[in-house]
Amino acid sequence: MTDGAQDMGGVKGFGKVEPERDEPVFHAEWEKRAFALTLAMGKPGGWNIDMSRSARENRPNAEYLRMTYYEIWLAGLEKLMAERHLVENDEIETGHSLHKSKAVAVLSSDDVEKTLHRGGPTEREPKAPAQFNVGDRVRMKTTNPPTHTRLPRYTRGKEGTIERVLGCHVFPDSNALGQGEDPRWLYTVKFSARELFGAEGDPSSHVSIDAWEPYMEKA
Amino acid sequence: MSGHDHHHHDHDHSELSETELRVRALETVLTEKGYVDPKALDLLIETYEKKVGPRNGARVVAKAWADPAYRARLLKDGTPAIAEVGYAGRQGEHIVALENTRQRHNMVVCTLCSCYPWPVLGLPPVWYKSAPYRSRAVSDPRGVLADFGVSLPKDTEIRVWDSTAEIRYLVLPMRPTGTEGWSEEKLADLVTRDSMIGTGLAKNPGEVK
Repeated sequence: MTDGAQDMGGVKGFGKVEPERDEPVFHAEWEKRAFALTLAMGKPGGWNIDMSRSARENRPNAEYLRMTYYEIWLAGLEKLMAERHLVENDEIETGHSLHKSKAVAVLSSDDVEKTLHRGGPTEREPKAPAQFNVGDRVRMKTTNPPTHTRLPRYTRGKEGTIERVLGCHVFPDSNALGQGEDPRWLYTVKFSARELFGAEGDPSSHVSIDAWEPYMEKA
Repeated sequence: MSGHDHHHHDHDHSELSETELRVRALETVLTEKGYVDPKALDLLIETYEKKVGPRNGARVVAKAWADPAYRARLLKDGTPAIAEVGYAGRQGEHIVALENTRQRHNMVVCTLCSCYPWPVLGLPPVWYKSAPYRSRAVSDPRGVLADFGVSLPKDTEIRVWDSTAEIRYLVLPMRPTGTEGWSEEKLADLVTRDSMIGTGLAKNPGEVK
């Protein structure tokens, strides 16, 4: 989803940041289990990170803002499993397997370490040269796509400078929809705070995003 | 079952929230279906509770402070330099290290979700994932720093990095003065998690024993 409650940059009204002293990694036993289930189900589920993010974000704004972080993870996991009929609602309601299992690959405890160590690199061999170079001025496109994107709203229509060329990376807008990785050139684009936020922008600060080539045009 | 036991049983359940019960049910279902290995779940939790955390990043920073050649490698290409120290993988596949100086202070955020360099910092704290930080880090970085009790000179540029793709950022804080000749191990004690996100500074020698 785009333009939803998850796209928070520059939004007012959320209050102060409140760091917690000596914060534990998890705040409840169920958070640990929800975290581990989400990681472990990636293999049998076969979804990618962009599908996961999209599943977490794609819900009514009021609901997204009301839920805690791991509640959102849990809801995302349930949605991904339901879409693939890996688990049915009556099974979660009764707490038992009631239907035939699908044949899937499982993450065994022996594989945990090497799976985490391998991770999921997103850089791919480029099929075409990069359209922009370091120092080029670019403008982020003004868009309002109905599906997943990673172009934050506060940068749309704004002009910035290419600061780094990061290689060719899996394109989330396509990958989240199951339409393939469609790798595109990725750049760090730097904006002045004044360009993004007008007179209220901090005169001594700059903000950068990492943006794929289709998100921008030559300024 | 006696009346007393029955009461106790009900009491146990009333203490579990709907979410706790749902997660429990889900884990049972997924285990019965053979989709998850319970030992793998325990190992995943143990990894991020005990092994992978900001101490990893602190070792990288301390090494960069102590060894100029390593510092140069880290700033040129973070991922292989960090792998030299033994850290790599999930949510740290492509790491860029950012050097703080008197002229420029770097601060990292993910306005769209919670992207964070797991292999070097572990899982993100609640505030990093919260709406106040995600909304204000880009538009009011000095205000956010004030929430952390950090005040920087007016002429220091604040550079905010919004992690919108799969590149993860690690801030290399400034080395505190009065630490000349310190061992890497001792230096690592000065490196806080927040100093590697950019919402804090490294500790001064007087702040550690």
